[in-house]
Amino acid sequence: MSFNVVTSSFRVVRREREAGAEALRIGLIAGVAAVLFCLIGAYVALDKRDVVEGVASFAAVALAAIALVAGYTSAATANRQGRTPRRAVLLAGGAGLAVGACLALMVLATTNLGIRTILVAASPALVRALTFGTTAGSSGQIFLLLAAGFGLGAIGGALATLVPERLRRAIIRGVFVVIFAGLFRDVFFSIASNLPGGVDRMIYGSAGIRLWPAILLFAAVVAWTILRAAAGKPSAARTGGRSKLSIVLLVATVLVLPLITSDFVAQVAMLVALYMLMGMGLNIELGLAGLVDLGFVAFFAVGAYTVALLCSNGPLAIADVSFWVALPVAIVLAAVSGLVFGLPVLRVRGDYLAMATLGLGEIVRVLVLSDALAPVLGGSQGIIEIDRPVLAGISLNTPAELYYLALILAGAVAFISWRLQHARIGRAWLAIREDEDVAQALGIDPVASKLVAYSVGAAFAGAAGAVFAVLVGSVFPHSFQLLVSINVLAILVIGGLGSLPGVLVGAMVLIGLPELLREFGEFRYLFYGVALVAMMHIRPEGLWPAESTKREMADA
Amino acid sequence: MRTLDVRDLTVAYGAISAVRSASFTAAAGKITAVVGANGAGKTTVLNAISGLRDVRAGRIDMDGQDIGALPPHERVRAGIAQVPEGRRLFGRMTVAENLEIGAFVRQDRAKVRQDIERILVLFPRLKERYRQLAGTLSGGEQQMVAMGRAMMADPSVLLLDEPTMGLAPQIVDLVLEAVQAINAQGVTVLLVEQNAYRALEIADQAFVLETGEVTLSGSGEELLSHPRVRSAYLGHDA
Repeated sequence: MSFNVVTSSFRVVRREREAGAEALRIGLIAGVAAVLFCLIGAYVALDKRDVVEGVASFAAVALAAIALVAGYTSAATANRQGRTPRRAVLLAGGAGLAVGACLALMVLATTNLGIRTILVAASPALVRALTFGTTAGSSGQIFLLLAAGFGLGAIGGALATLVPERLRRAIIRGVFVVIFAGLFRDVFFSIASNLPGGVDRMIYGSAGIRLWPAILLFAAVVAWTILRAAAGKPSAARTGGRSKLSIVLLVATVLVLPLITSDFVAQVAMLVALYMLMGMGLNIELGLAGLVDLGFVAFFAVGAYTVALLCSNGPLAIADVSFWVALPVAIVLAAVSGLVFGLPVLRVRGDYLAMATLGLGEIVRVLVLSDALAPVLGGSQGIIEIDRPVLAGISLNTPAELYYLALILAGAVAFISWRLQHARIGRAWLAIREDEDVAQALGIDPVASKLVAYSVGAAFAGAAGAVFAVLVGSVFPHSFQLLVSINVLAILVIGGLGSLPGVLVGAMVLIGLPELLREFGEFRYLFYGVALVAMMHIRPEGLWPAESTKREMADA
Repeated sequence: MRTLDVRDLTVAYGAISAVRSASFTAAAGKITAVVGANGAGKTTVLNAISGLRDVRAGRIDMDGQDIGALPPHERVRAGIAQVPEGRRLFGRMTVAENLEIGAFVRQDRAKVRQDIERILVLFPRLKERYRQLAGTLSGGEQQMVAMGRAMMADPSVLLLDEPTMGLAPQIVDLVLEAVQAINAQGVTVLLVEQNAYRALEIADQAFVLETGEVTLSGSGEELLSHPRVRSAYLGHDA
């Protein structure tokens, strides 16, 4: 992750300078980044988890990546300016040295000046890690740190200049795959635990992937990439297209994931599916019709509260029907609330629409929280004891079962979305999104089209709310905060506005990853934020853009 | 063939009247040109007819039927199509998609396909660009798509707003020839142009709009030779 981040920040500010000055500048920027990384406490937090068991922790990998990238970038610059490879590698080593020097200064300041009173993260544990196991920053240890910086920078430089393009791609891909395998140890470990003979324990240790499996994995990925390139098949990333294989793999993963992994992963998958449902709803409003909606969570709340009131055993229940009866009611009520929402904001456009919907969303949240409606909706106490859905006499209790419920709904919603998108109304939405005046002048009724968009989007969110209610077994007002709307919006932007597969990918990345990385505590949000900014630089069109966006980007 | 009759049209932006009690007729099957300086209210008149702009007073009749109360999208069904100023294509859609969406109000698919063919005959250059994004076309090609898109609604009255704006002289010829060809198919044309000379050349009828009022009207030839028009809009000394 940090690899991308650092490259992109260079890309933003890169101007042509003399290679030596550039290397120093890159090294210092990277050094400051590395020091910051340590001083905000990220190092110590990430040091607990290993990429390769007992060899490299995440923190170490991140710092090494900073030095490597500094070297790589410096060497690439020198290369462009026509320097010899040897000189480029030397400059890259210099950039790495600068990173090491920054860290060394920090270590010296920590051990000698006692900056810990101000910067709590400058702890003995940090010094111990950076000086390879000693607490005092002796000159020998500092030298080692500098040497490591130089070495890593030079390796990065060599990768940029000496290694042929094909091999470079393969190596980078191999490194990323190994990091990925280590990062999601829990997921892969639980998958591997289905295999007989203790394979899981052979591959994974308690903190990360073991050394030999890591090396084998790396070698396999490198070999495979090179062989594939040699066979003349262009990679999917380069052609910009998505191979059928990747779609099949994605679908297969989605279908079997909760069965072969732990309950925890199933629960995360369930959450992803819920956000997919909401994402597809907002995709109708924003992605297709261009209607910004920051109050989207309101429809989710309507669906959840409807099911809660109809399926609860608690004192607030107004009926005790099965989930299968409550679900359509929830969807219809959400659709109606979409109409009611749509009416007052129809004439409002752009930024004002965002504000108006924000207000409407907050109204719903305040209403369910209010004392006035507490006798009906439970106020801050919420509604509890919601029955689980029963299918053919079996109560759907486990996360995996509920995941499949959400998945089936998501599949249905995806199908409806896809049909709508290619129907008359879909074209009307696109026209309104592009130019409302012209759309009217072509005979499109903007009022009706927008109301349908609001209502369909709301219905999808209502379905998500209904599943959410039975998943959690209770509903509380605090589940329906603005952040939910923002998250759904971010899913669309990251995945690619107007793109259905984009919603799936966006939900996986923005909802799934942070949940799976829970062990990194608050720092995952830091990386989440950095990743969002980086994404907007690297792939502004989204991870899986809609056809029209892709064409536009290609033509531009 | 339909006649468009505008009576005492007044359009105001707040306290400022952009069009004051303007009356004119676009006769059935003819080309009627509206000439006038920047800000004279030409575009406002067209937007009032298509319904994009609310009117303060006046009637807009098509063959005696008042369409002034209809929302814009229903005026399209009544037979009015507008080619907006600056073309305003759906730049992220292909030429084909732009044309198809022009036929939004129509159900007769077979006829729609025929009309697309007719437009590609009228503008052969669009054939080469058919699958290209409209936003990537040249100005002249975009104007052709805009006119084609409007024609896809199968209108009886076509409102053209500055179709030659910013185009090279040869392309202007091409566009105006197309206007005449469309008119020859029986479509009533109301043409707003700053390029007064070229507009009056092809117009059957014409009128001059000055600060929102109709100050002169007559046949295209009459206005071409009228001393006031010559001095104000054609750059000749009176």
